[in-house]
Amino acid sequence: MWSRLIAVVEEQAQTLVRTAFSTAVREAGDLSAGVFDSRGRMLAQAVTGTPGHVNSMANAVKHFLQRYPLNEMAEGDHYISNDPWLTSGHLHDFTLVSPAFFSGRAVGLFASTVHVVDIGGLGLGPDGRQVFEEGLAIPIMPLARHSEFNDDLLKIVSENVRMPDQVVGDLYALASCNDEGARRLDAMMVEFQIENLENLGEYILVSSKNAKMQAIRELPSGKYCNELTMDGYDSPVVLCAELTIDDNHIHVDYSGSSSASRYGINVVMNYCEAYTAYGVNCVIAPHVPNNAGSLAAITVSAPEGSILNVKRPWPVAARHTIGHMLPDVIFGCLQQVIPERVPAEGAASLWNPQINGGGSVVDHVYSQDGSDCSSLQEFSSVIFHCGGAGARPNKDGLDVTAFPSGVRTIPIEATETIAPIVFWRREFRENSCGSGQYRGGLGQVIEIGGANGSPFTILCNFERINNPARGRQGGLNGAPGAVSLASGEPIRPKGRQSVPSGDRICLALPGGGGFGEPFERDPNLVALDIRDGIISADLAKKDYGVIIEDNIVDLLATNRARKQHD
Amino acid sequence: MCSDSLVRIGVDIGGTFTDVALEIGEKQHTVKVLTTVEAPERGVISAINQVLHETSVSSASVGIVIHGTTLATNAIIERKGARTALLTTEGFRDIVEIRHESRFDQYDLDIELPKPLVPRYLRLPIMERVNAQGGVLVPLCESDVENAIKLMRASEVESVAVGYLHSFMNSTHEERTAEILKEKMPDVGISLSCEVSPEMREYERLSTACANAYVQPLMSEYLGKLANGLKTHGIEAPLFLMSSGGGITTVETARRFPVRLVESGPAGGAIFACGIANVYDLDEVLSFDMGGTTAKVCLIDKGNAQVGRALEVARVYRFKKGSGLPLRIPVIEMVEIGAGGGSIARQDSMGRITVGPDSSGAKPGPVCYGLGGSEPTVTDANLILGRLDTGDFTLSGLSLDLPSTMSVLHQFGEKIGLSAEHAALGISEVVEENMSNAARVHAVESGKSIETRTLVAFGGAAPLHAARIADKLGIQRVIVPNGAGVGSALGFLRAPFSFEVARSHHQELVNFDPKATNTVLDAMRKEAESVVKSAAEGAPLIEERAAFMRYSGQGHEIRVPLTSRNYLKGDELVLQSEFEERYKELYRRIIPGAPVEVMSWVLTISTEVASFGSSVIAKEYLLAESVGMRDVVDPVSGSFEKIPIYQRHQLHDGSKVKGPAIIVESETSTMVGANFDARIDNLGNIDMNRKPSES
Repeated sequence: MWSRLIAVVEEQAQTLVRTAFSTAVREAGDLSAGVFDSRGRMLAQAVTGTPGHVNSMANAVKHFLQRYPLNEMAEGDHYISNDPWLTSGHLHDFTLVSPAFFSGRAVGLFASTVHVVDIGGLGLGPDGRQVFEEGLAIPIMPLARHSEFNDDLLKIVSENVRMPDQVVGDLYALASCNDEGARRLDAMMVEFQIENLENLGEYILVSSKNAKMQAIRELPSGKYCNELTMDGYDSPVVLCAELTIDDNHIHVDYSGSSSASRYGINVVMNYCEAYTAYGVNCVIAPHVPNNAGSLAAITVSAPEGSILNVKRPWPVAARHTIGHMLPDVIFGCLQQVIPERVPAEGAASLWNPQINGGGSVVDHVYSQDGSDCSSLQEFSSVIFHCGGAGARPNKDGLDVTAFPSGVRTIPIEATETIAPIVFWRREFRENSCGSGQYRGGLGQVIEIGGANGSPFTILCNFERINNPARGRQGGLNGAPGAVSLASGEPIRPKGRQSVPSGDRICLALPGGGGFGEPFERDPNLVALDIRDGIISADLAKKDYGVIIEDNIVDLLATNRARKQHD
Repeated sequence: MCSDSLVRIGVDIGGTFTDVALEIGEKQHTVKVLTTVEAPERGVISAINQVLHETSVSSASVGIVIHGTTLATNAIIERKGARTALLTTEGFRDIVEIRHESRFDQYDLDIELPKPLVPRYLRLPIMERVNAQGGVLVPLCESDVENAIKLMRASEVESVAVGYLHSFMNSTHEERTAEILKEKMPDVGISLSCEVSPEMREYERLSTACANAYVQPLMSEYLGKLANGLKTHGIEAPLFLMSSGGGITTVETARRFPVRLVESGPAGGAIFACGIANVYDLDEVLSFDMGGTTAKVCLIDKGNAQVGRALEVARVYRFKKGSGLPLRIPVIEMVEIGAGGGSIARQDSMGRITVGPDSSGAKPGPVCYGLGGSEPTVTDANLILGRLDTGDFTLSGLSLDLPSTMSVLHQFGEKIGLSAEHAALGISEVVEENMSNAARVHAVESGKSIETRTLVAFGGAAPLHAARIADKLGIQRVIVPNGAGVGSALGFLRAPFSFEVARSHHQELVNFDPKATNTVLDAMRKEAESVVKSAAEGAPLIEERAAFMRYSGQGHEIRVPLTSRNYLKGDELVLQSEFEERYKELYRRIIPGAPVEVMSWVLTISTEVASFGSSVIAKEYLLAESVGMRDVVDPVSGSFEKIPIYQRHQLHDGSKVKGPAIIVESETSTMVGANFDARIDNLGNIDMNRKPSES
């Protein structure tokens, strides 16, 4: 029955993926779906979805129940909110909670979260100084009562966002998704002849908690600290973690981390907990399902007002920039405990600029060819790209692969069909992988221009430009990221900027850190990377002590070079 | 359609066995031989000779040979294809390796990604660029192509894929490149992405073109040898190939698009189930094919399997979606899960029983085979439960080893506080729940219902589990056809000649241009007809078409089947309403007022599906005589009950069997569940119907 319940929420999530409008949901998997018992405890969560929502949603449901107790909910009701502090950390995420009924009685709840394409305000960038500038806020309220949709709310949303059809479509998608979950739950309860979820729920929560505690018990107790510095918006941000393993429980405390930023890269507590729990889980117990029971074995604290536990009304729109770094912070703690299971640091934060164009948006009056910019087609498009992942203790890092985000990119051909932009380059970035016995994942280079050389604006939010992914156990750092214009004009890695007519933006995404001494790497693997143009012969010589002659390894020279190094 | 004297032969090469089905009129004869991996054509020819010999049919009287093979799939899985190069737009040589930049497992830090078929040093950038509307931004640099040719010669490249951005909108650069290649490298195979898979989404299109190029030399050589071999053995009959989409096609087309031959065996199984659906005139069927390693589930509506356009091959983790290479080709939609007779049972960290996805295979096999297997499998559980008997496999030369099996299951159960029998029941329930779930999810994803369907069960392991799965899915009727063991090869004999063409042609419905749409569809029809006509020999042709549509801004298109006709002004309303109807079927509600767009079209030209005969209801059904009784565990009570055993070959038209019972035959056993009664019809099929409820 347990695996069946997980199947139920998976079906719920798939419905969301297939009906969603927002590219973040349908392509990037920026969503989550789960089932909760009548007390609001999460029993199961879909595998499809992003770690950022793991227990954001688990906590959110409790807030909904405080406003609208389950016994006051009716069949066909749906309750909604995008409050960053109550749900998942920025206004772009809507969470929908709906009661599930079985023979006339409410037996539990379904919740789902979706990242909508726009929420008004400044857009998906860190430029806002207060959450009020970041868009429309919807407190917890009904989206539908007795299956009747709240038209007033839908009208307000429509008037406040740039792409009303898509945003309203996504709210409908959320309702479809929870309905599907409720329908499947009903069928399951009929088949197994159960009247409520109490016994099943208790069993699931207890056995998951036990499994998680067992995994923790196998680790040596103690306190393990780590510190990671990242670029930040205008000044470096330091993330400090102290991870305490105490018999069957793990606590992570972020005291000492930077105070909140004046720009929208701040993280609310819910979201901080989510990426912290994810980082711990994928190292110590990747196969224990997520639910209120297993999540209870890990607790998190961060000082109020710090960048990881920001207060209202500080800005939060681009909170993933920081959130995506938390697993690397946690890995640095855990590598002191179980070094054989912890990878090197990776590019981590997604590079997901919003690209806007059109007469009312661009900063230019005339285009390159002298035409008037005010007649340019209005558009807005978010692209999702990532650098290299960190090397593993026994394998190379994944080239150009998102971690920890669960992103999928949108095909170039699809983006170019919808938005008047042209990609001129998107390929591996040579020499960007941190050298090591196992090398880091490669970053990539991307070059984008406006169609017909039109100008456009870009909301930049690029990390790891000053602070590359660090290698582990002798492995070298990955290449830092870089951003420039094709013309050579400078551009900042954060904030809204212009790409002038005829120019292009060039992104060089960071590589992952290496693992282990590079001189320990199999010379034949180094030769293969040279053959494939992934690293240069010079780098092979310098980092790996591998000498190549006529495309094959010169073993004698290599041995000599490696000996000298010792 | 075919005269009585015509001899038809279907051949299915699988990983282990090559199955042959020969048919004269309504009579069928089947043979199973071991696949000859090093020269598969030899195995095919010797199996055909064997079946001709056994039936005393002369090779000259064979009218048609229809062939399906896993050869192309295996070449990709085992990386035994040609040394292949990819010519692609400068700046984009890594598309086939960058993929979607995603991980297929959120929590596993240790995953490996599928390696592309073409290594980076053979992915050669060519200066050129076409935009999303098909306009040329940068003309093709022919000297880049010439330089690439030098490099390919030096690297002894045997096959070339050409894949440029937006080539499905404007194919002139790919075509010009092919001209140059043909002139300078006349002996290499050429696969153009605009021909192999003319659809938007560069990763999938290029991946498909590379796979086509990768298997082309090998398949071309094999098909040539096979055609010659048949001729030297006096078989002048035309040779046709089964494709993944469920249609058969000529050798010439197969040589051009060998990638369309992958997964042809399972497609044959689905066609077999379609045939059974037609025999009983069933509107809704759930096809369930379970062998030693996997189970395949497929939905069949009004005698037709659902056809899709996406497939994954050579997965790094066989049952992990996203861990393989994507192909965009016509394919029968089915779900394959790691649930077969040989699937291994284990316990996870929470003490739950898990089954599969890995299988003990033929070697070492289940514990009860006594060939060295030490981990409990589904087949072992069935033996403990009494559903199999130690003497059931004697025809295959195996005597099942009960004591060893008992001791392994005893140990397995002890760890979680269960007796051997209860552990065995747990294993069987988990694998049945897995299969039911796969079927349920597949139905949801397709927006179809499941409990109203008839289950058609075939493959060695399906008949034992079908009744219990029907219980779990609320299904009322189960059919276990005659000849279920070689279902795929029998399916080949019924498959239509067919060819599917797809084209991306993006249009907002508000700006619907009927003329442009008709032009695109006419060109597609011409292409499909030219392929099918040569084989169909005047048989009537059926056209089917579907548009892939979505609300503007959504990311997933849905397939909307449409009637074939010329479109006129105003037909956008028809398209809109057809779309909304299908959307509602899938997601229960439409989005009022949202604009709709067409992304692409598919058009199929095919002949009709041949008939499997018809089932005649007997005047009366007489209770058959059992050959003995056996203790079998009842899945609901968990305790042993004595139930009767029947021999299938002793049952005949008009026999009746009351559940619970077991019907034994040489290749498989059918469990008639306690909730079912079975009868045998004039075609020898077992037809199980749920007993009327007692309350």
